[in-house]
Amino acid sequence: MIALVDYGAGNLTSVRKALNAIGASTWTPAVAGELGRAHGIIVPGVGHFDSTRALTAEWRTAIRTMVDDGVPLLGICVGLQWLFEGSEEAPGAEGLCVFRGSCFNLGAPSPKPQAPSPLKVPHVGWNSLVINRSSRLMGGVNNGSQVYFTHSYAAPVIDDTAAICEYGVPFTAAVERGNVSAVQFHPEKSSETGLRILRNWAHAL
Amino acid sequence: MLSKRIIACLDVRDGKVVKGVNFEGLRDAGDPAALARRYNVEGIDEVVILDVTATIESRQARAHTIAAVAAEIFLPLTVGGGIRTEEDAAAAIEAGADKVSLNTAALSNPDLITTLAKRYGSQAVIVAIDAKHVEAGLQSRLRYEVFARSGQSIANRDAVEWAREATDRGAGEILLTSIDRDGTKAGFDCAMTAAVSDAVNIPVIASGGAGTFEHFAEVFGAGHADAALAASIFHFNERSVRELKDFLAERGVPVRK
Repeated sequence: MIALVDYGAGNLTSVRKALNAIGASTWTPAVAGELGRAHGIIVPGVGHFDSTRALTAEWRTAIRTMVDDGVPLLGICVGLQWLFEGSEEAPGAEGLCVFRGSCFNLGAPSPKPQAPSPLKVPHVGWNSLVINRSSRLMGGVNNGSQVYFTHSYAAPVIDDTAAICEYGVPFTAAVERGNVSAVQFHPEKSSETGLRILRNWAHAL
Repeated sequence: MLSKRIIACLDVRDGKVVKGVNFEGLRDAGDPAALARRYNVEGIDEVVILDVTATIESRQARAHTIAAVAAEIFLPLTVGGGIRTEEDAAAAIEAGADKVSLNTAALSNPDLITTLAKRYGSQAVIVAIDAKHVEAGLQSRLRYEVFARSGQSIANRDAVEWAREATDRGAGEILLTSIDRDGTKAGFDCAMTAAVSDAVNIPVIASGGAGTFEHFAEVFGAGHADAALAASIFHFNERSVRELKDFLAERGVPVRK
């Protein structure tokens, strides 16, 4: 059973549906104490980084304990950003600090004065992935495959980055270290490529 | 590179697609889920369900249609038509919609944009603007007049100014339909689309007038559109979404293939 963590950041219907389509069963734990029986944990999320404040110390400890025990964790969208140290979107809201770095606004003015007209933010739509190293999560996904993004903030590219996307600047599209993985795009909305990535993750459960 | 999106619109009434459909190989051509499945195979980037009946009584029927379409495709799904209240939006999202499209309700109650953006995030809120060219004032200044209630009533708003306000209130995308061009197959209104697209910093979806593949190339070029929506060109045309994307790619338009 996969624990789908609901902290009030948008709707979980699509993620649940996609997991069911690949044969995985899910439930939404009502309290952090229920996480103990999860074979895998997903932290989804659309919307504002500030909503991750609902993941209280109790939830953070429970998630950390499970990760330390080797249970696979997958962050999606804001769920990826939360695994970093924090975000410009909500200064003071601390991430889980699994990955180094802080998330930045894609719409921030370019430091390059010769840069072309500012890009539209949020970054909405299908964009291509640069698969920069091998990972379990991105196994079998071709370089240049397109996936669906919708976000205004993004995580920097780090050593653990498993796929890079570029929108004005390069950012982390997928990241993986040990049993912790995350994607900035929405695999549940990315057609066959997205289902493939979810299967790759669920395969390790 | 971010692709230009091709969006199929399903106009649904009482659970059936009402604009004519003549795809071969569909047992029930009016079935929204069957059509969505076909589009998905062909490489459509997004699907919009526009429920043209949408009354309070039909909310349950609408939820059924949304769930049936959402069960077939793993693509972004937008629902519009008769989303008047926060409850309407919540029901559509719970049934499987990723985004709701507000039109008349956003004009009469702009706070609804902000309420929904706070609850679900801006990415879940599309403001649909139906507008047409008018010449206003003594200088015959060109104005894009906004209409509410499916083009029935004048809203006394300019499309560019309303798009800016909707953005400030939390809309994540603008769906801009040209009333002049809708159903004509004469091409998108590129001038209006560019005027709105250049005025806001959120994606603009162009709608109304798609008749040929060239029209899509025009609206992504001169029209500065981020996405293009069409219904009948895909329903009637034997040429598929895939052929359209091949056509656009040959002309240097970035598309998902």
